[in-house]
Order: sequence, then structure tokens, then C-alpha cells
Amino acid sequence: MNHHETAVKTDNFRTWFMDKLLMGMDWSDYMRQLITPFNIIAAIILSIGLPLIAIRFIYGLASVTHASQDYPWGIFLGWGLFGGVPLSATGFVLATAYYIFGFKKYKPLVRLAVLTGFLGYLFAVIYLLCDLGRPWRIYYPMIIGFGTASVLFLVAWHVATYLTVQFLEFSPAILEWLQSKRVRKWALSITIAMTIAGIILSTLHQSALGAMFLLAPGKVHPLWYSSYMPALFLCSSVYAALTMVIVVSTLAARFLKKAADQKFLSSLNPLTLGLGKGASLTMYVYFVLKLISVAHDDNWSLLATPYGQWYLLEIIGFVLLPAMILSLGVKADRVGIVRLGAFAGVLGIVVNRINTSMVALNWNLPGHLHHIIPPWQEVAIVLAIATIHILVFRWILMRMPVIREAPEYTDH
Amino acid sequence: MKERTEKGAGEPQRETHRSECGEQPQGSCGLNRRGFLGVMGAVSGTALLASTAPVHAYKKFEGWPDRYGMLSDLTACVGCRSCERACNEANGLPKPEKSFEDGSVFSKLRRTDEKTYTVVNRYENPKDPEMPIYRKVQCMHCNEPACATACPIHAYSKTPEGAVTYDPDKCFGCRYCMVACPFGIPTYDYESAFQPRIYKCVLCYDRLKVGQIPACAQACPMEAITFGKRSDLLRLAHERILEHPDRYIDHVYGEKEAGGTSWLYLSSVPFGELGFPTNLPDRPLVEETKGFLSSVPVVFAVWPALFGMIYASVQHRDALQTELKEQQEKEEERQ
Repeated sequence: MNHHETAVKTDNFRTWFMDKLLMGMDWSDYMRQLITPFNIIAAIILSIGLPLIAIRFIYGLASVTHASQDYPWGIFLGWGLFGGVPLSATGFVLATAYYIFGFKKYKPLVRLAVLTGFLGYLFAVIYLLCDLGRPWRIYYPMIIGFGTASVLFLVAWHVATYLTVQFLEFSPAILEWLQSKRVRKWALSITIAMTIAGIILSTLHQSALGAMFLLAPGKVHPLWYSSYMPALFLCSSVYAALTMVIVVSTLAARFLKKAADQKFLSSLNPLTLGLGKGASLTMYVYFVLKLISVAHDDNWSLLATPYGQWYLLEIIGFVLLPAMILSLGVKADRVGIVRLGAFAGVLGIVVNRINTSMVALNWNLPGHLHHIIPPWQEVAIVLAIATIHILVFRWILMRMPVIREAPEYTDH
Repeated sequence: MKERTEKGAGEPQRETHRSECGEQPQGSCGLNRRGFLGVMGAVSGTALLASTAPVHAYKKFEGWPDRYGMLSDLTACVGCRSCERACNEANGLPKPEKSFEDGSVFSKLRRTDEKTYTVVNRYENPKDPEMPIYRKVQCMHCNEPACATACPIHAYSKTPEGAVTYDPDKCFGCRYCMVACPFGIPTYDYESAFQPRIYKCVLCYDRLKVGQIPACAQACPMEAITFGKRSDLLRLAHERILEHPDRYIDHVYGEKEAGGTSWLYLSSVPFGELGFPTNLPDRPLVEETKGFLSSVPVVFAVWPALFGMIYASVQHRDALQTELKEQQEKEEERQ
């Protein structure tokens, strides 16, 4: 009798859970709808990248990267960590705007921004795990040795803590999906505390990523090396977040429309204009800060050198121009132009972080620009991780209430 | 400062102790709380007075006083590579492809790697083309090493002997030390998947501990490398410059660079012409990040208060508005 009851319960749970995972489809339907052009391309990328990741862990970094004694870091960190972390400031910026400053209109975007941030940090850590010589020791700065004078020590602690904070911030969506009312209520109760923790951790580690390079005054090109670096990294992470939310929400509304509700879709245009305005203002501030940093070290004469021209291209072509496109779009009330400016702004962040961590670092070594070109294997691994990132993102958006509200839970 | 130590930490607590138990036989005041504190005060006070070093809240550390160093006189080096061979043998490193007698290695500039802790490079002598200048490259053993500052796990140590050592058991392989080192010294074993680690010169630390001198200094037939206390070597270097102003330029490389290094160099030509970094600040590189790290406690203290107040003020405004609305509705109902 008893045994029978348990069996039924287990069976119910399994049906319920599979229903959640397969979104109400049976296996054959689910598999059939997976065959799409995007998934086929993703499968091809993964079929190349995943074996390369395996090779990296079996035969060492030398088998897939050009890492050398002069060039210890490559695109795993330049793109994945230094580029990925500012673009993941989305959670911190939108949660602060919504929960602390009271920008209540932005509610439809908050969860998407928190998810973008959480996954962004998670994958930044995955890139880092690929790059670390002994990734299984990743917890060492927490337990084995405390390098308290190291900026990287701060980054390690903050990224680890912030990953947890963001998971807690996103957990209501997971709990709504799993229909766990009681735990959700508890998770909601810590929202404000978590948001303020997020501000502390984010302001410090976003700027710390810039401060990391302060330790190498002899190696970073003087135009990029500046005591302003922490402030520059923090300031640019704010506009990175605002433009990234525009980019992600645009892509989600375009390609995952069925996961969105009307509230999300109809609010998108006015909110995009608001985000674009905030982003452009931040970018003007950042542009001026960049100029002040040149003035502070009196490096004007270096602007006439080839590296100076590249620097000018970075701050004019990838900061000022996107900012002006954003302003234009906001003025003309044209959401399409704002989106264009946002894509350019996101690209500009990646350009700046790759410039700082790869182009400007070791600039005085002979044959420098030749050395920073990554081998195809390294690019393929990055593409594979980025593809998994997108797949996980889509998996969550399709299932959990992120760009739609669960009807029985609207109080967050 | 001295006065502060004696009065601030030691004396008052001792006095408390005396007033508590002064007229009672010893041991009878052991169990009440104030008595206990008094005893504790006496113990710590005595400990403070007993130690000769003054104890300050602010720790001033100008480096280990008797740390060793090496003085490399580039005008004496003939490029025989005996030091390279001695280093290779002393550290049990794999044999190189080209033998240590092979002069063809000088055709290009080499650098240290995971199998080579020191290399000698050849540079043209602008003063005398017949006499090339040889420069030995190895860890400079900075007074305040940037590698140690960079390491988030404290895998590096600056030992009292002056050597900068590395503990592979602590390293997780982030390679920030390699980015931070202004001399490009730490090298990594990228070929290894399971036990990669940093390799670099550790000033033959094991030999130092048993009273021997580093292998390269012992092997040098030209006395181009002098081992000794860094303070003595600095004096020696400046004496040589004074005695032979025509032979040396007036600069001891490593005296001030990046806060000073245990390896010191004397040269006949400017160091920039021999590939030495000449764009380094005179202060230790740790100073470049200190300012940033000092902002951490400020952020921890101010942000919660600031953003908490902003949150509270927004909530307050909302509550006021709701109240106002309710009042207006009530009045409308009345009318």
C-alpha cells in the first residue's frame, strides 16, 4: 500500500519535471523542433571547439594557444574575462536603477539584465578555468593563501561572491519556474540587500580589472596606462551594461518572441530610448575622462604616433561615434538608430578591453602585433564557449519567466 | 613614537593591575573579571617592555636589513657562459640543445624560459666594436617584488636572505606574476597539462641556506659577479664608479629601479642600449596599486549607507504620495 503511493508520487514528479524540461512536448517533438539552422551552426562550432577544449586539458595550454613567456595572456582572458565582465554589469546597473533609485518602468528588463549578468560572470569564470594552468585550484585564493596586496585577490573574491549574489538575485525566476512559493518569498526578501551588495562588489571589481594593469607601468603603452584606469574601467562598465541590455533585449525580442509576453514586447521601444539616453551620457563622460587621462600624464605628443592613431580611433570611432548615434536616435525618437548605437557601444567595450589587455600590453617588444594574433584553435575554443553561453541563455529564456511574467507572481 | 609605545600600550594597564591586587597577597585576585584583565594587561605589558623592538600601529619596513645581492660588472663579463652552465647544473635543469661552449647562441637575443633560469646576451659596444658587451639576464630579486604583489595566493616570498622564492604548491597558474614582472622573468611550463608551474631563478636559495653562494657567482672566472650583502655591494659599486669614471657610467642599475633590486649592474654604456627597461618608476610597483586598494574600505563603509539612504528616501517619497492620494480620494468622497 505504502509502497504503491510512493511510486505514484515519484512518477508524478518525473512527469512534472520532464514536462518542465521539455516545455510540455514529448521527446520526439522536442528533438524535432531542435533542428533549426541556428542549432546546426551551433552543433558544427561545438563539434570543433569541444574536442579542442579536451585537448587543452589533456595536453596543456601549449597545444591550443600561442601563450608564451612574453605573452602569458591571450583572448581567453582578453575577450572572456576583461571583455565579458563589463558587459555583464547589466545586473548591477539595472537592479540598482530599478530597486534602489526607483526606475519602476524598467521592470520588464530587470530580470533579463540580472540573467545577462549572472551568465556573463559564470562564463567569464569558464574562460578563466580554460586559461588557468591548474583550474582545479581555483578556490586557492579563498583558502590556501591570501595575497591581500594583489588586485587579482580582490577580483577573485569579488567575482566569486558576486556570482553567488547574482544567482540569489535571479533565483526567484527559477523558483517561479519550479513553483516553489515559500522559498521564492524568502529569496525576494533579500533583494535589496543583494542589490546593495552587488553595487559594492561591482564598483570595486569592475575598477579592479583596470587597476590590475597599474602593476605593469613598464609594459602598458603610456596612452592606455593611467592612474585613471580604475575609474575608466568602472565608468565604461556602466555604459557597457546599458548598451548590452539594449542588445540582449533586441535579440531576445527578435529571436525568442514566443518566450516574451506582450508587456515586455510593448515596453521595449520606450525603455530602449531611455537606456540609450543614459548610455550616451555615460559615454560622453567616459570620453572626457579618456581625454583628461591623456592630459594628466601630458601624453598629447604620443597621439601622433601609430599607437596614438589607434588610440584616437578607439575613443572617437568606438566611443564618441556610438554615443552620437545614440543621441541622434534618442533625439529623433528612432529606436532603430538607438539599437545601432548600442551595438557599436558594446563593440567599443570589447575593443577597449582587448586594446588594454593585449594591444597596449608589451607594445615595446619586437614583433609585438604579430604575437597577439591568436591561433585558430584558441579562436575556435572561444567560439565554442560563446555558443554554449548563447544556448544556455536561450534554454533559460524559453523555460523560466524572464521576459514574461508568470501570471501568479507579479510582485517582484 | 617610542614614548607612545611605552605609555600607550604598556604602562596604564600595568598600573591597573597594581591598584587591583597591590595590597593583597599574590594570586588572590585571580578570579574576578577586572583582576583577570589586569593580569592580562601585565602579561602583555611585560611582553611589550621585554621586546626591544618598538611596536607601532604603522609598520615601516625598508626591506630585510642583511639581505644578500649580486653585483654584475658588465665590463668584466667575456660571455663564456660558465654561469649558464653552473645554473643549469645547480638547478638540475635539462641540457640545452646547443652546448654552453657554442657561441652561435649569441646571434640572437635569448630570454629565460622554463628550462633556463639565466642567459647571457651579446650587445654591440658603441664605444669599441671589437669588444662586444655581454649581459647576464636572470631574476633581479626586487626589494619589493611585483610578482609577489601580483600573486593572489601568496606563492612568492621575499626571504630575509634576499631571494625571491616561489612555492608551486600554492600556484593556480593565473600568470599575473608574468604580466607584473617588469623584467619579464617568471616563465611558465605551457607544455604541462597537469603540473604546470612557474620557473625562475631563486638566487640558489637552497645553497644560500647552507652558507654557499649562488652557483653562477661561484662559477664566474672573470669575477664579473660579486656576491655579498646588498648594502656592501652598493658601496662597492659606487666606489668602482668613483675610481674608474672613464670605465663606468654613473648609474648602478638596480639601486633604485622598481624600488631597488638585489641584483645590481655596472656598465660602460647606458643601460637602455643593453635592453634594460629604463621606463620604470623608482618606487616599488606595489605603490601603483596601493591607492586603488585603499579605496576598498571606503566603498565598503560608504556604499551601504549611501545606497541604503537613497532606497529609503525613494520608499519614503512613494509612501508620502500614496498617503496624499488616499487623502485626496477621501476628500473627494466627502464632497
